[in-house]
Amino acid sequence: MSRFIDLFKGMLGAAPEKPEKVSEKVQQIMFLKYEDKDRYIKEKLHARDHHVISHKWRNRRWAVLLVVNLLFVVSFWLDIQILEGALTASRFVGFHLIDLNSALQVILAHKHLIVNLVIGTFTVFLLWVLLGGRSFCSWVCPYHLLAEWAEALHLKLVARKIVTDHEFHRGTRTVFWLLFSLLAIVTGYTVFETLSPTGILSRALIYGPGLSLGWIALLLLFEIFYSRRAWCRYICPIGLTYGAVGALSPTRVSYHVEHCFHEGDCRKVCLVPHVLDVTIKGRASDETMGLGPDCTRCGLCIDVCPTGALRYEVKGLSKLL
Amino acid sequence: MNAPADRPKKPAKPAVSLEKAQKARRKFLHSVGLTGGIICLSLLGYVPVVNARHTRLRPPGALNESDFLSSCIKCGQCVQVCPVQAIKLGEIDDGFGLGVPHIDSRQQACDFSCDAVQCILACPTGALTYDKPAFLDVREGAKLAAAPILKAKAKDAESTLNLKERTGLARLVRPEACLAVQGKGFKGQARGNGFTGKMRFMEVDRWKPIPLRDHPYDLDLCDLCVRECPIGNAIELRPIKDATGVARMTPVVLEPCVGCGVCEMVCPVEPTAIAIDAQALWKA
Repeated sequence: MSRFIDLFKGMLGAAPEKPEKVSEKVQQIMFLKYEDKDRYIKEKLHARDHHVISHKWRNRRWAVLLVVNLLFVVSFWLDIQILEGALTASRFVGFHLIDLNSALQVILAHKHLIVNLVIGTFTVFLLWVLLGGRSFCSWVCPYHLLAEWAEALHLKLVARKIVTDHEFHRGTRTVFWLLFSLLAIVTGYTVFETLSPTGILSRALIYGPGLSLGWIALLLLFEIFYSRRAWCRYICPIGLTYGAVGALSPTRVSYHVEHCFHEGDCRKVCLVPHVLDVTIKGRASDETMGLGPDCTRCGLCIDVCPTGALRYEVKGLSKLL
Repeated sequence: MNAPADRPKKPAKPAVSLEKAQKARRKFLHSVGLTGGIICLSLLGYVPVVNARHTRLRPPGALNESDFLSSCIKCGQCVQVCPVQAIKLGEIDDGFGLGVPHIDSRQQACDFSCDAVQCILACPTGALTYDKPAFLDVREGAKLAAAPILKAKAKDAESTLNLKERTGLARLVRPEACLAVQGKGFKGQARGNGFTGKMRFMEVDRWKPIPLRDHPYDLDLCDLCVRECPIGNAIELRPIKDATGVARMTPVVLEPCVGCGVCEMVCPVEPTAIAIDAQALWKA
């Protein structure tokens, strides 16, 4: 339980801490791992040599993201009526689906509930509890994909020392979540929706582009030249809402300390590297550990890990299989 | 507050020191700056509201403007069901109206060719609604005296639209330009060959709206606004007494007008002689 609370606090912005207690099994694993330094280094290099660089999960994820967003587009353009609406609210073959953060904004601004809203929100809530909350971000949100491409550019520029990454405090997102909720209540407008790149992009794809894409361009430029993945990391309240929803999700990325050489490749590719704090030597307290609610289940760390220490896992189901 | 390697359990370790503390301070200030910046940007949404830049004509069944803006989830499902694509979504210059539906009736009016006001049916949040919840205010002059009769369904058992309030009112904005007022007829395509707007004509196809340009007219006295008004008894032509003896008429908007905008779309003079005052209220 305390681990759960720590992870939740980590999502809100608290810095990860060293575990107070490391299980005996892990102590034994660590002892064996470092007993013979030469062997350890050899094994490490061996694993590196045999690591087939793969983008398996990234490619699958991009395919899913594109298919979901295209399904919205073709449902309207070809009038096939499978997934009508936009990411903020839609109908899947007639069944209401409503984005949790948009629903929250509407409820706070309008201060009234209606039946369709409750039905639609509940279905989506269940869906993301099962699928892992922030997996919405990396597997569905169209801005995430653009931001990933902007990030690649940013990293190239950083490598050439043309730009540097400016980090903000991760707690900023929590502040934004509270402020946007407060603004909705006080002003009676869904203030966040005027900025939300998720909604703007989804509508632009479906209903045609407009001026608001200029805002998306500005955001991307900010991320390329000033701060890596700034919107998703430090601002977007949608991420926090879904993070909270998926906090107890059975679908997660799990870490197996036994296979890890603690080199940190995973943390370098991660959108939310604080969730991979356990991969630092001495931070894992159990043999197998879930990465916590802020993880978007994007799978970049799984792709990059040369030893298979990080894996997708569905709690309960994995044991059955 | 966020020096990463700070260990609170060993307070007597000043080594973490100046540089780190400064770094943390800078990061904190940057974060405050980012927060302030983004919040200010989001509040720019107020500019069009305060300036009342656009008084938009909302789709049928829309709540009062401020309630409408707060309850709309900006999904565009209303856009998708409209058979004449009358509904458009607001852009960033609409401020908080970004992604919120409106109708530009001069370009494409709502002609109720869906019969059942599908956009209301599609709305997931009740921003467009058949029945307002009791706690929401109904403005005097917005409430329709009776359920509006849809001319297309006049012979059906159920001939009315399920609409309780109007979204606007038609008004003869340029009487001097009105062809009927001038005693003139009209021949040809109401809005010319380049106009893409569509309308349902019962005598052509009960279910399928056709382009307005495919339905030319030949009228001795222009009565397009009255002729094509989809609502029963919402507008009529009244004679103007005149010494010259020319038969002249003027369109008069009546209480059943719901503000759909068909009259504005079909008006053949440029710019239009009759237009919708969006969100206007009926004054007896």
